[in-house]
Amino acid sequence: MTTAKRAILLAPLVDRNPITLHVLGICSALAVTKSVTTALVMSVAVTVVLVLSNTLISAIRGFIAHSVRLIVQITIIASLVIVVDQLLQAYAYEESKQLSVFVGLIVTNCIVLGRAESFAMNRPPLESALDGLGNGLGYSLVLIAVGSVRELFGTGSLLGVQVLPLASEGGWYEPMRLMSNAPSAFFLIAALIWGMRSALPDQAEPREADSPTEKAQR
Amino acid sequence: MKHLDLFVQAAFVQNLALSFFLGMCMFLAVSKRMGTALGFGLAVLVVQTITVPVNHLIHSYLLREGALAWAGLPDTDLSFLGLVTYIGVIAALVQVLEMVLDRFFPALHAALGIYLPLLTVNCAVLGGSLFMVQRDYDLTESVVFGFASGLGWLIAIMLLAGIRERLRFADPPAGLRGLGLTFLVVGLVSMGFMAFAGLELG
Repeated sequence: MTTAKRAILLAPLVDRNPITLHVLGICSALAVTKSVTTALVMSVAVTVVLVLSNTLISAIRGFIAHSVRLIVQITIIASLVIVVDQLLQAYAYEESKQLSVFVGLIVTNCIVLGRAESFAMNRPPLESALDGLGNGLGYSLVLIAVGSVRELFGTGSLLGVQVLPLASEGGWYEPMRLMSNAPSAFFLIAALIWGMRSALPDQAEPREADSPTEKAQR
Repeated sequence: MKHLDLFVQAAFVQNLALSFFLGMCMFLAVSKRMGTALGFGLAVLVVQTITVPVNHLIHSYLLREGALAWAGLPDTDLSFLGLVTYIGVIAALVQVLEMVLDRFFPALHAALGIYLPLLTVNCAVLGGSLFMVQRDYDLTESVVFGFASGLGWLIAIMLLAGIRERLRFADPPAGLRGLGLTFLVVGLVSMGFMAFAGLELG
């Protein structure tokens, strides 16, 4: 693999992570992270859709008229999501019940459409596939990290296996209810973004009052 | 009374933005100013109120198992086509709405115009339709649900925009600036909405 291709694959993992830097695909990242299992299934689903949609759209990019490109992209993505959804219902019924509408919502996941629009529309298929894989894995990393913390502290288990013995069953761990509820997901992602931007200071946003648009508005 | 309960549930207790995280990308992106937040929230409200009942009709007369009985096809089940149909309906309706606004209400079009196309890929709108199918609402319920969930989204984004306007003059650590701080605030607002949990009317 050449250096350029490796860069396409590896850059979205940490340096240009779709969730923490580009703020894409937040909805599902927050909603399916109550447990590691659902986070894993969702990661696989999104990665598969991303790789396939990027490859397909890149392969036919020469034939898509500019004015109808969004409709073409959305239709391709929606068809892929239907396939993934049907497969999940057939082979992982329990997980697909837990994910409920969020598998369907991959259609409107901004990462998929965003990569199709900004990368696949002007790069060859192989590079687009790698870009899709990289972004899918970057998304998965965040999902699994947040999912592990929420499941471990919310229920004392990981992947459904009890790690911390619960106080209600004679152990010592009192589960943190907040971790199973919506707000904890926001706090954890905030902490993750804070951590990443402190480690990589060039990702930090400029002070709002200093930015040029702001000055122009005043 | 049942519908009033559904209204409160959809607008507050199960707020699409704050407890189901739907439409988050736009929620974070357009909540910097009160004016834009109001415009986008209104656009979501209008589109949601129209698309949920329309998708309900399509689901119950074309796609649902046995829905095609009126056409002499009682065994046909097209529900797997749901996703691509709903997103198509949403895209088409948004397009029509934009043209109607442009022709008859130019002032409103000027205010909402740039946000309308974005609504097609807003998870709150598609999510509303998917919840309608999953929870098996009838036609009146879908109208109530569509309106209430859109209103809930509007309230949530207005709240966040109000807070963010004040936060402009705060001086957080560099890594927390912008996105990070916004996430913390949304978490706190969402905690506030948890206080509605268990609220039931009738």
